[in-house]
Order: sequence, then C-alpha cells, then structure tokens
Amino acid sequence: MILLKLFWSFFQIGMFSIGGGMAAMPLIQNQVVNLHHWLTLTEFTDLITIAEMTPGPIAINSATFVGIRIAGIPGAIVATIGCIFPSCVIVSLLAWIYFKFKELTVVQGILSGLRPTIVALIASAGLSIFILVVWGEDGFSTNPLTINLVSVLLFTVAIFILRKWKPNPIYVMLGSGIIGGAIDLLI
Amino acid sequence: MKNQKHVYRRLFASTFYLSAFTFGGGYVIIPLMKKKFVDDLQWIEEEEMLNLTAIAQSSPGAVAVNAAILLGYRVAGISGALVTILGTILPPFITLSIISIFYTAFRDNTVVNAVLKGMQAGVAAVIADVVMSLGSNVFKQKDIVSVIVMVGAFISTFFFGINVMYIILVCGCIGAVKILIQMKKVQKDGDPQ
Repeated sequence: MILLKLFWSFFQIGMFSIGGGMAAMPLIQNQVVNLHHWLTLTEFTDLITIAEMTPGPIAINSATFVGIRIAGIPGAIVATIGCIFPSCVIVSLLAWIYFKFKELTVVQGILSGLRPTIVALIASAGLSIFILVVWGEDGFSTNPLTINLVSVLLFTVAIFILRKWKPNPIYVMLGSGIIGGAIDLLI
Repeated sequence: MKNQKHVYRRLFASTFYLSAFTFGGGYVIIPLMKKKFVDDLQWIEEEEMLNLTAIAQSSPGAVAVNAAILLGYRVAGISGALVTILGTILPPFITLSIISIFYTAFRDNTVVNAVLKGMQAGVAAVIADVVMSLGSNVFKQKDIVSVIVMVGAFISTFFFGINVMYIILVCGCIGAVKILIQMKKVQKDGDPQ
C-alpha cells in the first residue's frame, strides 16, 4: 500500500514538472511534506541541499531519498520508476513524432526558432552557476570582498584549458574538485 | 550483432558516466552530452542535438532523463532508450541511497564541501565553453531572427525569470511564422516551390 502511494506521488511529480530542475521543487514539497508528511520541512530542506550537491536530477534524487526513508530500497525503486514513467511514455511518443515529421517545413521552422532558444537557456543556467561559484549563495554583489578567489582561479584555469586543448570535460571538473579540496586542506 | 552490443554498451557507459558527474541536473548534462555524442563519438549532428534538447525541455520530467531517452532512441530505438534511461538514473540512485544513510555527516564535512565547490567552478567553465561554441555558431549563420531570438530568450529567462515553457512556445511560433513568410515570398517571386 505504501509502495503504491509512493509510486503515485512520484508519478504526479514526474508528470507535472515541466522545465526540469527547480520547477519540480514545489511539487515535491507539496506531495512529500504537505500531503503525506513523509518528511518534515527541515528534512526537505536538507534533501534539496543534498540534491544540489550530488549528481542527478532533483526529482530522481528526491524519489530515492524519500523512498528509502519510507520503505527501504524497494521504496526507492518504486518511487524512482514512478517519477520517470510519465517522461518515458510522453518523450518516446514525441521522439516518434519528431523523427517521422522532422522533414516538414513547418516543423523545420519551429525547430529553427527553438535552437537559438536552447543556446540562450544553457547560457542563462551557466551564468547562474557562475554567479553561485564566484559570489556564493547570496548572489551577485559589487563588494569585491564577497568574491571567492579560489573559485575564480579554478574557473579561469579550467576555461583556458578547455578552450586551448579541448580535453574531456569530466577530467576538468574532477581536477578542479580535487584542487579545490586540496586548497581547503592546506589553508 | 556484436556491433549492436557494442553500441548498447557504449550508450550505457556514456550516459552512466555523464550522469555520475553531472551536478545540478538539466542544463549541465546537455553541454556534456553535446561534447560526448556530437564531438567525440559523432553519432549525431549539433543541430539535431539542439532539436532533441528542445523536445526534452518541453516534455514533463527531468530534462536529463528526457534527453537521455531521446539520445538512446535516436541511436538505437526503444531498446537504446531503455539502456540510456538506466544509465542516467543509476548514478543518482546509488549516490543518494548511500548519502541518505550518512547525510548529516556528509552535509557538515568542510572538505567535501570544498571539493564540491571546486567542481562547481569546473562545471561553470564547461558550460561557458559550450555556450561560446554554440553561440558563435548562431552568430555565424548571419540570420538576424535567430540572433534576436537567442538574445531575447536569454534576457527573458535570466533577467525576468519568465517560465521556460512560455519562452519555448513563443520562440517555436516565431520560427514557424518566419518559415511561412519565407515560403510566401518564394511563391510571389514565381517559383513553383
């Protein structure tokens, strides 16, 4: 019964969170904290922090975290499946439509409008992360003292290496993480 | 058959690897997927990658999972999609399972925090790198409408926080109208097409 409830809750989260990332957060809070009382608000805030700090989409992270706390590993599996089920069905359908009709002129037109939009959306997300990296949680500030020098240094070196040698980005990310940790231990 | 197996293994390994190192979801994984599948493996074109991203973004659910489904489907059909879904959700599933057991210790550890902070700087650099390449390609096309759409979409989402769904709807319509006007013009010029 609890497994069914978990499935249904996360099914709804997966179904109605359009736009990804933070768009899912209020939905998760509504289901998990307000409706079912599976987590307290403090636990939920911790969950968001963890989800931000660990890899993976926030909805999948939440499904695993809540599922385990409520019903162990089976709970986590059921909640995760519930969460991705709507995506699987709808996206497969859209994929089929896309590959069937992508040669149509109107579809070509729509896609030609969407491509620069996606570049803009990636740029916007990138700039938000850049601001978080340089100034921290409080956001952009004109006060030079709030700038995190280690992060600025890491960012500058990383972008230089990426542009110059085009290495696998994952090594750049891991490298800057290790150097960040090492600097913290030394200072 | 052996080749097919090789493709599945490659799909699984690539998506697992990308998902395991993608902090912050959605838009972080897209540049990494672009690097992997467009630049390294050359399985799909840059233009198609952007089309698939647009579909992933306009569908319900996590953008990373949606993009993985589309990539898998594009490369190896429904079974390819199943492989990439598994590859994408396993890393967060495993990580979160472990962390939910030790989460307070994890949260308060300063070294862990410093490593994560350093990785965020790396992520920001990776995104900046990809945006520079993609953005300069849009400018190179010398299509004024595309440039306006890109700049307009950026301002609407970054400065005004307008819901991404509306931005996508409006920009899709602009693209459709643009192509219909082009077709009308061609017809007026007496071209049978």
